[in-house]
Amino acid sequence: MLEFRKDYFQDERDDRLNEVGQPRQRQDMLGHVTGRTRYFDDHAFEGLLHLKVLRSPHPHARLRSIDVSAAERSAGVKRVIRAADVPVNKNTLLSLIGFGKDDEPLLAVDKVRYKGEPILAVVAESEAEAYAALAKIRLDCDPLPAVFDVEEAIKPGAPVVNETYPANTFEYHEKYNHQKLRFGDVERAFASADFVVEERYQMSPIEHAPTETNGSIAAPETNDRFVVHTCTQALFFSLGTAAKLLDLPSNRLHFIGGTVGGGFGGKVDSLTEPLAILGAMLTGRPVRYVLGREEEMLYGCPRGAERHYIKDAVLRDGRIIARKVTSYFDAGAYTRLSSYGAVKCIAHLPGPYTIPNVHADSYCVFTNRTPATAMRGFGITGVDFALEVQMDKLAHKVGMDPMEFRILNAYRDGDMKAHRRKAHNCALIECVQVAAEKAGWPIRDEFRRMNSLTGGGGERAVIPATASDEVGRIGTGRPASTTPPRAPALPIAPPPRVPQPVAAPPPPVPPAARPAAAPTPREQPKPAVPGPQHGATRFSSVFGTRRR
Amino acid sequence: MAKHRGRGMASINYPIGMNLGGDPSQALVHSNPEGKFTVTLSAIDLGQGMKQVTRQIAAETLGVPIADVYVDTADSDTGPHDMGSFASRGTHRVGNAVMVAAKEARGVMLEAAAEELEVNAADLETDGRGQIHVKGAPSRAISVKDVAVAAQFRQGKTIAGRGIFLIPLSEVNAETGEMTPVSCYAHACLVAELEVDDETGEVAMLKMTSAYELGRAINPKMVEQQLVGGAWMGMSHALYETPEPYYPDIAHGPRDYNEYVMPGPADICPHDIAVLERPAPDGPFGGKGPGEMCANPVLPAIANAIFNAVGVRIDELPITPEKVLRAIKAQGGARPQGTPGGRR
Amino acid sequence: MAKTPVQFRLNGADKAVFVDGGENLLNALRRGIGDMSAKFGCGQGTCGVCTVLIDGEPQLACLTLAETCAGRAIETALGLAAGPNLHPLQAAFMEHFAAQCGFCTSGMLMAAKALLDRNPSPTREDVAEAISGNICRCTGYEPIINAVLEAASKRGGQPSGEQGRARI
Repeated sequence: MLEFRKDYFQDERDDRLNEVGQPRQRQDMLGHVTGRTRYFDDHAFEGLLHLKVLRSPHPHARLRSIDVSAAERSAGVKRVIRAADVPVNKNTLLSLIGFGKDDEPLLAVDKVRYKGEPILAVVAESEAEAYAALAKIRLDCDPLPAVFDVEEAIKPGAPVVNETYPANTFEYHEKYNHQKLRFGDVERAFASADFVVEERYQMSPIEHAPTETNGSIAAPETNDRFVVHTCTQALFFSLGTAAKLLDLPSNRLHFIGGTVGGGFGGKVDSLTEPLAILGAMLTGRPVRYVLGREEEMLYGCPRGAERHYIKDAVLRDGRIIARKVTSYFDAGAYTRLSSYGAVKCIAHLPGPYTIPNVHADSYCVFTNRTPATAMRGFGITGVDFALEVQMDKLAHKVGMDPMEFRILNAYRDGDMKAHRRKAHNCALIECVQVAAEKAGWPIRDEFRRMNSLTGGGGERAVIPATASDEVGRIGTGRPASTTPPRAPALPIAPPPRVPQPVAAPPPPVPPAARPAAAPTPREQPKPAVPGPQHGATRFSSVFGTRRR
Repeated sequence: MAKHRGRGMASINYPIGMNLGGDPSQALVHSNPEGKFTVTLSAIDLGQGMKQVTRQIAAETLGVPIADVYVDTADSDTGPHDMGSFASRGTHRVGNAVMVAAKEARGVMLEAAAEELEVNAADLETDGRGQIHVKGAPSRAISVKDVAVAAQFRQGKTIAGRGIFLIPLSEVNAETGEMTPVSCYAHACLVAELEVDDETGEVAMLKMTSAYELGRAINPKMVEQQLVGGAWMGMSHALYETPEPYYPDIAHGPRDYNEYVMPGPADICPHDIAVLERPAPDGPFGGKGPGEMCANPVLPAIANAIFNAVGVRIDELPITPEKVLRAIKAQGGARPQGTPGGRR
Repeated sequence: MAKTPVQFRLNGADKAVFVDGGENLLNALRRGIGDMSAKFGCGQGTCGVCTVLIDGEPQLACLTLAETCAGRAIETALGLAAGPNLHPLQAAFMEHFAAQCGFCTSGMLMAAKALLDRNPSPTREDVAEAISGNICRCTGYEPIINAVLEAASKRGGQPSGEQGRARI
């Protein structure tokens, strides 16, 4: 059951609209119910070939020899594609926006770094014949020690998963093995708190498990181009990735997306397009590469596991005065998008609450498992689980109702956030109030009177003096640790401010009743360019990573 | 051996769009000879309803009925660049680009109508039903169809528009993490009610109650689709899903849907939802995207409800019956917490 | 590979197709005939997106040998509508917004049709059971169940139990 609470924020909205806000039928619904919506695989091609991939049986191994002679002679096989056939056999997905170093081959060379890593591909007249040929390939490997735990992986002496990042951590700003968030002085706050709560949270990997597996069909077009029917969630992203790996001008690729049969983030990594196109290039025929269900489940890039350590300082009256977080994003064997997710997590901390002292370190760590990718809530879902369970524990600790605890600590318009931008357009308090009301969860009057528009800013808008530290410099060889850094010498500046008590926001003024016919001019909100412009155009200049 | 009811809550916000910005989207809008419009995109529809959301935004901006607008997308030859469908960016970024393109097309349309009616374009308005008339004088009107014919065949105007929406890429400070993540956030609070069986560790969902704030619901039925479907996925994440059940050990990974367990149609519970709208200053009609945040509050709300029911904290996902049972046994039995909030 | 001819009725029309030994019905429908409504999701019978009706029974086309369909009557989602008129299930799915990506929808409709053809007055539990072999990753099942119950009521069956309200 769904209802609209139009009474909230009414004076910020003009609800006199014709089409927006109406429950119009979807443009694609008729196609869905008549079985006519087109997905990438719903295209017939004369002479279609099928591509299947040989995958590493080991999580970490040196490739000694591969004998494909029997496979090449196998019935129906048109081509065996090897690493040497790939024009540019090293990439990282975010190279398209200049972020990170190329670290991942399309087909493994010398070494495999996760169980399931593609080693070579077979293209045959039918799937059955491709599978039969794969079974005839003789693969000789030397297994290597593997590492699966993120905190083990960052210790000195751990097996090197990905030689591009020999310390098993992504490198930020060419300086640190993690991304920092520093705001105020958490150690001073811990010393003055009434309660300190320190906990560890773990989210295991999660699979997108869409009912449609990853796949694409690539075919030569009549104009010396390749048409690619693909399940991708990001058309030009996949086109660009394929163009780079195959050293093709981007306009020789014609990507056509269908409706995607469930994406949730699992169809951004362009898992099948490059090999399908390469197969079409090498055979001159249409080639279809679709993951089987087991491949999709185990080797089709999950949401990466996350581990969060959270240490909070809270006062008896319920105000949180410090939050310290150490986050480990398990990227698996290759970077893909995890480097970016670790930064998105930092951007999200400490959650929708105004906390005057925040300290966080976020790591992107490499392990010998299937490379992780984005999934619905990327960089946020895992840390929100941790933060909101932590909030529940804090409320319990101080003996406060969990709803009221949220309202008390919620951010309001004008508050300074830990990444040093002011909050605006807030609505956490109102959501808590409405949910409590609907659920029959009583909260006290003073909390029902609070709102996002009043009580923020002022003292809460100040950026506190903040010490910096040099922990985690790349190349120092020191392991990162979860213990707090030694307090460095404070900068010569005004002495650090003791966290000020948060002023209780005054009761909200009810919005003035609107006169019955007061036509406000119809304004379509213009897309505004928010905040200061830094002029950065490429992630490489944001994070200082040189493209190699 | 008993079943214990528990209730827990969580509140969250969610950033709209790619973190740090720098994720452009483009759109093209043009009219056919009879005043029917096509919106051309490369943005992908994964079922979240990209086509319909942009269709409604275009129709509203152009001032024509929805039946006169169709969205064509996902062809790299015809659709201008779009970063991709992820990060809850579709409504905000693509929606804004469509608005810009539609505004330009609308501008040409009104200029053409003004020429036919011999008035100033500023004196004209659309009625949203296919007519353009002088403000305050509805009888001085011309149909969009006639305007399109006149523009293209007599005046030599193309009723078309182009749009791009880009939030400039933000820098990130290496020492402090200072950055501009996004320009707006959506919000939610969710209450989960469930029952824990202290003999099997199984958790049965009984009810969810929630409030979501998402700027502007472009299509309320589609918002409902996201919020209901997303809450299901959140429940699935919380209680069932992982390809590594013994993480960080990679053994025993599920290979198919028999082994990768998700709640089925008999495992769902009612979900009572309230939608709030505080328009984003830079959203299309204030719209933010609900596509990702709809799953997030469910996971901690369930964990907190389990604590309320039996007094155990499971800080590791997924919260399987095995984990619940082990925790209850380690505690020496279930300890229901009573009304959430402690001392009262 | 040797090709074997197979003849069957598909959505009321006579069809003939050549299949390889061991080829499944899903492949025969999609590649051999061009009916793309049944989908490939797992090939193992665990997701239901390939659900079709064979002689009125819901079957998984990915696990059905094409050759065993000789002489049988097969129904897919493409045959649900009567000319331009939607089947009540299709209309109800539309009204209840019971599809997002749509990939599970064809199979879901066939499973629901099989239910209503044998039980015109299903309870909510009957519906949940009937579609329990069809995975949907998008909708959370609630609108699908509501749509099936609505279609049942529109066809004149009296649904027992509460319709449109989820259980507590």
